[in-house]
Amino acid sequence: MKQFLVFVKKEFYHVFRDRRTLLILFGLPIMQILLFGFALTNEMKNAKVVVVDYAHDIASQQIITKIEASSYFSIEKAVMSYEDMHKAFKQGKIKCAIIFPPNFNEDLTHAQKASVQVIADASDPNTAKTIANYLTAYIGDYQQSINATMQLPMVIQPEVRMLYNPDLNGSMNFIPGVIALVLMIICVTLTSVSIVKEKEMGTMEILLVSPFKPIYVILSKAVPYLALSLINLVVILLLSVFVMNVPIRGNVFLLFAECTLFVISALSFGLLVSSFTNSQQAAMLISMMGMMLPTILFTGFIFPLENMPLPLQVISNIIPSKWFYIIVKAVMLKGLGFGTVWKETCILLGMTAVLLTISLKKFKIRLQ
Amino acid sequence: MEKAIICKDLTKQFGDFAAVNKISFDVNAGEIFGFLGANGAGKTTAMRMLCGLSYPTSGEATVAGFNVYKQQDHIKRNIGYMSQKFSLYESLTVQENIRFFGGIYGLSDKALKDKSNSLIERLGLQAEAKKRVSELPLGWKQKLAFSVAIIHQPKIVFLDEPTGGVDPITRRQFWDLIYEAADDGITIFVTTHYMDEAEYCNRISIMVDGRVEALDTPTNLKHQYKVETMDEVFYQLARAAKRSGE
Repeated sequence: MKQFLVFVKKEFYHVFRDRRTLLILFGLPIMQILLFGFALTNEMKNAKVVVVDYAHDIASQQIITKIEASSYFSIEKAVMSYEDMHKAFKQGKIKCAIIFPPNFNEDLTHAQKASVQVIADASDPNTAKTIANYLTAYIGDYQQSINATMQLPMVIQPEVRMLYNPDLNGSMNFIPGVIALVLMIICVTLTSVSIVKEKEMGTMEILLVSPFKPIYVILSKAVPYLALSLINLVVILLLSVFVMNVPIRGNVFLLFAECTLFVISALSFGLLVSSFTNSQQAAMLISMMGMMLPTILFTGFIFPLENMPLPLQVISNIIPSKWFYIIVKAVMLKGLGFGTVWKETCILLGMTAVLLTISLKKFKIRLQ
Repeated sequence: MEKAIICKDLTKQFGDFAAVNKISFDVNAGEIFGFLGANGAGKTTAMRMLCGLSYPTSGEATVAGFNVYKQQDHIKRNIGYMSQKFSLYESLTVQENIRFFGGIYGLSDKALKDKSNSLIERLGLQAEAKKRVSELPLGWKQKLAFSVAIIHQPKIVFLDEPTGGVDPITRRQFWDLIYEAADDGITIFVTTHYMDEAEYCNRISIMVDGRVEALDTPTNLKHQYKVETMDEVFYQLARAAKRSGE
């Protein structure tokens, strides 16, 4: 045990003294979050919203004022027929429309239920979803504020229509994708590079000749990176909550447990990479090609999976990141519990077990 | 006399290729044993088997009294090893390196502290103790690496071309350290390509094509091959090799 601690301590020295490693470790996630985050939010600034207000009553006016007050939308009031609106959408003149039916306030106060339609151009699914989410949030806000003073609860039913891409395939939030990507980079690349580095420097031989068991060599390599990855996860989550305003809706512990599982699978892969490469460059290249690229391509966080040819969709199933992405999206963004993600968790667990077994076996074989 | 290493028909086969082909030799306790051979002769493979890094295909061997098939763990606890590649952590300081390697051999905190202090003093590295190893000149690194390799007082230390790339003066100093260790009762098993170093050994063996072709004291070998220098002994033997270098 003491030997183990000595080793872990040494590993931390390595990490904190290597500027390159530190940069990858902490610079990369922050850079990626900001990059992906602001690329998205910039599009959201001053999105043009056409308001078609058939109601012209107090409730609709209040909602419009509320929306107008935000920096995300610029409101354009118009009376448009449906055909004109479609034309404007097709020409790309407007991204989103919000339509209040006649008697909006009346329905709301007397029937306690009114609907409002939100139409978004979903050919750009990310933007469409974000706009629709924001608008629904504003309407929800308004509903809450009036309910506070009313005796009977009133319901405003926003009816969201996504034009051109009704299922919103490929629309998703980037945070889970970035989490997958960053954990992948850190765990696979840094682990494999740090092990291969020992081979290159000749220190690995010394370790193998020592009474320190090979399995402990691996474990004590994995533990620091596991810890660092979890710290990184905290950084990413803090950034996403406080800078990107992406909430964590689900159970934080479940989220961490799932992330730990994913980290372990990534560490196993890193270990596997290190057992068949002998130079740091090779290890780096293989981890990048072997994990980063598939993570970007096949999780669906940048390119919608549903739009891919069938063979690629099939291939995507063997990428751990894909399942992890589904889990994180469900837990973090939708606030769902373990009950909904147990299947994906099992798949990820299975993959981790297989990867770990292969890499441990491979590591042993190399010693013979 | 007590034997540190006993090898009998030790063989390592990779497919059809016998990297090490039935080698037999003994190394006496406290001896400086030179293990010579051209590149590709099978030195490293043989050494790996003796260090418990790989299993022999056939044959018998005991190292420090332990069987290479069954007691690798015991062997590892009783040997030290320093490879041709430089084998300390560059980004750790001198002191941290000593503590790390002592630590993985399970030395207690107190023993570690004493050892590292006396070691730093003996090497005259007091001023550099808190400097990173990457800042030391190569000769010092090598001396430090050797001292670290014997920090746990092993019975045998394996040195795989320990003086590659250092100047003659440093090499000479390095051999002073080797003699000191031998005086302390540590058996030295050393491979080298420098024939002047071969002369420093008590006995040497020369491997050619996976076999031990010659084994005796340097003086006897020179007599046997009727030549003046070890260089010529080595050349005569190595010239007959069929395998080319790695």
